[in-house]
Amino acid sequence: MLAVEVSHIAKSFADKVAVENLSFSVAQGEVFGLIGPNGAGKTTAIRMMMDILKPDSGDVTILGQKLNEATKDRLGYLPEERGLYRRLKVLDSIVYLASLKGMGKNSATEKANELLNQTGMLASKNKKIEELSKGMGQIIQFIVTIIHDPQLLVLDEPFAGLDPVNTELLKRMLADLRDQGKAVILSTHQMNQVEELCDRILMINGGRDVLHGDLNEIKARYRGNSILLDFVGELGEVPGVTGKRTHKGHTEVMLDGKTTPQQVLAYLISRGMVINRFEVATPSLNEIFLKVVGEKS
Amino acid sequence: MNKTRLIFRHEFLNAIKGKGFIIMTLIVPVLALIGIGVFQLVSTGGPPVVGTITVGYVDEAGGFDQYTTQGYIELVHFDTPGDAKAALINGDASEYFVIPSDYLSTGVINRYTLAREVETPAVITTAIKNFLTSNLLTGKVPPDTIELVEKPLTLKVTRLTETGDVATEQGGYGNVIIPAIFSLLLALSLQASAIYLVQGLGDEKESRLIEVLLSSVSPRQLLTGKVLGLGAAGLVQVVVWLASLPLLLNLASSTIGGFFSTIQLPANFVVLGIVYFIMGYLLFAALSAGVGAISPSAREGQQLSMIYAMLVYVPLWFASLLFAFPGSPIWSVLTIFPVTAPIAVMLRLGVTGIAAWELAASLAVMVLAVIGALSLSVKAFRTYLLMYGKRPGWGEIIRGLRSG
Repeated sequence: MLAVEVSHIAKSFADKVAVENLSFSVAQGEVFGLIGPNGAGKTTAIRMMMDILKPDSGDVTILGQKLNEATKDRLGYLPEERGLYRRLKVLDSIVYLASLKGMGKNSATEKANELLNQTGMLASKNKKIEELSKGMGQIIQFIVTIIHDPQLLVLDEPFAGLDPVNTELLKRMLADLRDQGKAVILSTHQMNQVEELCDRILMINGGRDVLHGDLNEIKARYRGNSILLDFVGELGEVPGVTGKRTHKGHTEVMLDGKTTPQQVLAYLISRGMVINRFEVATPSLNEIFLKVVGEKS
Repeated sequence: MNKTRLIFRHEFLNAIKGKGFIIMTLIVPVLALIGIGVFQLVSTGGPPVVGTITVGYVDEAGGFDQYTTQGYIELVHFDTPGDAKAALINGDASEYFVIPSDYLSTGVINRYTLAREVETPAVITTAIKNFLTSNLLTGKVPPDTIELVEKPLTLKVTRLTETGDVATEQGGYGNVIIPAIFSLLLALSLQASAIYLVQGLGDEKESRLIEVLLSSVSPRQLLTGKVLGLGAAGLVQVVVWLASLPLLLNLASSTIGGFFSTIQLPANFVVLGIVYFIMGYLLFAALSAGVGAISPSAREGQQLSMIYAMLVYVPLWFASLLFAFPGSPIWSVLTIFPVTAPIAVMLRLGVTGIAAWELAASLAVMVLAVIGALSLSVKAFRTYLLMYGKRPGWGEIIRGLRSG
């Protein structure tokens, strides 16, 4: 059973099309990246998945059924802009919001204590939310998102505003959740986090699907015909090489369309050249993002 | 537990634990108790001990020489205005008056004092009047008649029903005082409940918590839980006030007596008080939910809610006109117009009573207004709850509600 199945959803506000004919699916145990520039329609798509907004057309299936009160209890949502009851105590906030996800008071309190302890926040459990720092507030919100052991997590910019220590903590917890078979949808601008955590991605721009699939396949698809080299001595003339660019610590060698990196490596070795680094140049997701978004706009 | 009940419980407990709510609920009976207590302390100490006041007088008309002791005021005769003035300046008299020679034809008395006053104190006026009356009538009518003339008129009014029986509600200020005070408290309570709702929604919207809530519950569950939770808190407040009234009245009547013993609660007052609180609250809650949904912040929501929250006070602004012109058609309008109905009905119950058809019309219009406002608010709630930033224009809102 798929964790999420979105089929041809569309949403417009007044005359503005926010999401247009968007389809994707997320499997159990998968971390799925939802990326796109500001105003691309990511949050609108997420809100339709969460049943906060009704799509103008199309269908959303969560954990094999239309979203209802029971399925809402099986998903955790961390919105981009966080907020909690500022005057409520940390533990009371967590327990109340967990109760809205169907947890009993005792089990919610027990689990809240466990998660507060795990995140080093136990000492703050009787503090009011307004007394916490922004980062601490985010950790509490993350606890609220996962306390009811959801099968599907939708996280909108979960790392924004977190220090490196808390970012690592969150990544570890996310990895644990994935290992437990939870599906995670990660919407973020931080491409390095997507590269590190996601199995597949969907890039949307102007409300439309512009790039979709397995992250490694996408990177391979956007791989340029060049090699990154670090060597000792002079490179000289190499058959099939059409140009070279020197960077700090390495040289980028451009190949013609017929020559493969393996042929170049074989040639250099045959010349007895000392090679410290030989790498087929792969664009970062950030570069792919800029390229795709640039092309479409 | 059902999610609506969870939200209801959360909102209710949060509201009744608030300092503002506790103070507002308790302050009314506590202030009344303090008032009764202070009166008892003062009254059980006996009448205040006041020294004799010496008031000088000059009798140019002649014949005013008896009855010079009027309560604790001692009237001292001076031969000339000059002597009286000297006594005033020396402090031998606190003031003096002159009975001119033509007093019997003009009725004018000239009074002189060092004090700056808005008007002559009532005790002085009464003392001078009784001194003059007693001297004028002495020997001409029996002493009992003099005493009767000097006493203020006692007018005992009995209201009869159309069948000639003595009516159970006799009217008067004693009948009005509780509905008037309760109207003010009801208006405050309705306004406070509306503000809590707009504030709560505004805070959740501003903090974006609304998205987390809506990923757990439906907009209808959220709205219902909030409205009922805050309404129950407001009802607790009103019930505490209403429940304390009979106790306070008993206490006040036995302690203070007099005017307070004439205080009566109009028939059906408690029942109608609760009915109109519930109806008024539902109307205000529906309006507040709509305002909370379209407002980007709690502050802007409160500003918008003031438009209808102030209207609730309109009957109180015109309360003095109700006493003067109880039959004016404006009162029928205020009784039937839903926003002013709760207060207008409470006030009129004490003053004139309300015709059955007016009460029926008022309740019917109220029910229709609540249904209409709730339906519009649910639409506004769904359409605008997740819109942040600038408030949509009125044209846009109307279009949204039509299409929603």
